[in-house]
Amino acid sequence: MEIIKPLLQYLAVLVLSPLLLGIINRVKAFFAGRRGQPLLQLYFDLYKLSYKTPVYSRTTTWLFRAGPIIGLSAILCALAALPFAGRPGFLAFDGDFIFLIYLLALGRFFTVLAALDTGSSFEGMGASREVQFAVFAEPAFFLALAALSKATGKQSLADMFLALEPASWQAAAPALLLLTAALFILLLAENSRVPVDDPNTHLELTMVHEVMVLDHSGPDLAYILYGAALKLWFFGALIASSVLPRHSGSWFYDGAAFLGMMAVLAGAIGAVESIMGRLRLIKVPYLLMGALVFSILALLFQTGR
Amino acid sequence: MNTFAELIIVFIILLNLVLAVSGSLSVCIRLAAIQGVAAGLLPLMAVGGMRGRAMAFAGFIILLKGVVFPWLMFRAREKTGARRDVDPLIGYPASIMLCLGAFAASSWLGSRLPLPHSGVAFIIPASLATIFTGFLLITTRAKAITQVLGYLVIENGIYIFGLALFVEQPLMVELAILLDVFVAVFVMGIAIFQISREFDHIDTDQMAELTDWHRPEDAKW
Repeated sequence: MEIIKPLLQYLAVLVLSPLLLGIINRVKAFFAGRRGQPLLQLYFDLYKLSYKTPVYSRTTTWLFRAGPIIGLSAILCALAALPFAGRPGFLAFDGDFIFLIYLLALGRFFTVLAALDTGSSFEGMGASREVQFAVFAEPAFFLALAALSKATGKQSLADMFLALEPASWQAAAPALLLLTAALFILLLAENSRVPVDDPNTHLELTMVHEVMVLDHSGPDLAYILYGAALKLWFFGALIASSVLPRHSGSWFYDGAAFLGMMAVLAGAIGAVESIMGRLRLIKVPYLLMGALVFSILALLFQTGR
Repeated sequence: MNTFAELIIVFIILLNLVLAVSGSLSVCIRLAAIQGVAAGLLPLMAVGGMRGRAMAFAGFIILLKGVVFPWLMFRAREKTGARRDVDPLIGYPASIMLCLGAFAASSWLGSRLPLPHSGVAFIIPASLATIFTGFLLITTRAKAITQVLGYLVIENGIYIFGLALFVEQPLMVELAILLDVFVAVFVMGIAIFQISREFDHIDTDQMAELTDWHRPEDAKW
C-alpha cells in the first residue's frame, strides 16, 4: 500500500491539473457575468490537439521539436519530487528543492531555445521578455524556498512541509507570510496570469509566454499546454502546502483538504485576474522585484532570529 | 502577543519599501500616517498590559501621527500648490535595493549593538531601517514638502527605537511626543509656509542661489 500511495498521488496530479485552469476560467466568467467555457475545456483541447499532425517550418532544427518534450518532461520530473498534501513524492531526497528549481529553469531554457530556433523576430521578442522576467523570478523562488528551509530546519521539500505545523506558523508568522506572498506573485508570473501576462490576448505588445509557442502545433502544442497546467499545479501545490500546516494523519482527509485548497487557490487566481488589469510591461519587473524583496525579507527574518 | 507585534514590524518595513518607491505625494502622506499609527500600536503589544498610562500615550501618539500630521501635510500641500508627483531623483530598482540593503545592514548592526533584549524580534533593525528610509526620502526628493515627509518617517523610526529600549520608562516616551509636537509646530507651521511665501516654489534646488542678483544671460527683459 505504501508503494501505491505515491503513485496514486502522482496520477491524481496528472489527471487533475488541467482542471485548475477550468476553474480559473469559470471564476473569470462568473465575474464577467458570462457562462464561460466548460470546466473540462482543456481536456477537450488536449484531446483534439493530440491527434493532429504537427507542422514544422523548414528553417527549424531538432531543437524546435525537442523544446516541448523537454519542457514537459522537466515539469513531470519536478512534480514527482513535489509533496502531495504533506506526503513525499516518490522522488523526494535531501536538497530536492534546488533540483526542482533547476528543472524548471531547464524547461524554460528549452522553451526559449525552441522559440529562438524558429528564426522569427516576434518569437525572439517573447523569448527575450521571458528571460528578462526570469532574471527576477528565479532568485525570488530560490530565496523563498531557502527561507522555508530555514524556517523548518529541513532540506527536503517533503520534510519541510511535514515539519510545518500550526505552531511554526505561530512562531515564524512574518517569514511564512512573506514567502507565501512571494510564491503567489511567482505563481502569477510563472504561469502567465494576469498582472504579468494575459493568457487570452494575442496582441503582440502584451504577449510573453504565448508568443513563444505560436509556431508549435498538434501534439507539440498539447505538450506545452499540458506542461503549463502542470506548472500551475506545481506552484499552487507549494502555496497550498504552506498554508495548510495541519496534518490529521489520515491520507484521505489530508488529500481532500489539499485538493479543496487547490480549488480555493484557483478561485483566488480567477478573482485576482478579474479585479486587476494587466501591468504595463515595464512595471512587471517591479512586481517581480517585489516578490524578490518579500523572499529576501523572509530569509533575513528567519536567519536573524 | 509577540507574533502580532512582529507582524506589525514586518508591516512597518514593507511600508518603508513602498514609501521609498511610491510616486504620488498624497499616497506618501497617507503611508507615513499609517506607519505612524502602526508604530503607535506597538507599545500596546510590547507591554502586553492594558495599563492606563500606556493606553493614554498610545492614543495620543496615534491621534498625532494618524490625524494631525496628515491633516497638516495635506493643508501644506494645498497651500504650496505642490500637487504634482514627488519627483524622485533615483529610480525604482535603486530605491528598493537601497532600502533592502539598509534593512540588511540594520539587522547586522542591531545584532551587534549592546542593547537590552526587547522580546520582539527585529524591532531595532526595523527602527534603524525606518530612519534610513527617512534619510533616503530627504536626500532623493526634490521638493521641500517631501523632505518634511522624510523627517516624519525618521521620527517614526526614532519613536520605534525609543520603544524598543525604554518601554518601561515614560520619560523617553514623553520626549518622543515632544519631538512630534516640535515637528508639528516648527516644520509645518513655519518652514513650509515661509518657504512658499519667499521663494514662490518649494524645490530646494532653486534655493542654492542666495541673492537676488542674476547673471546677465539669465535676465529677461
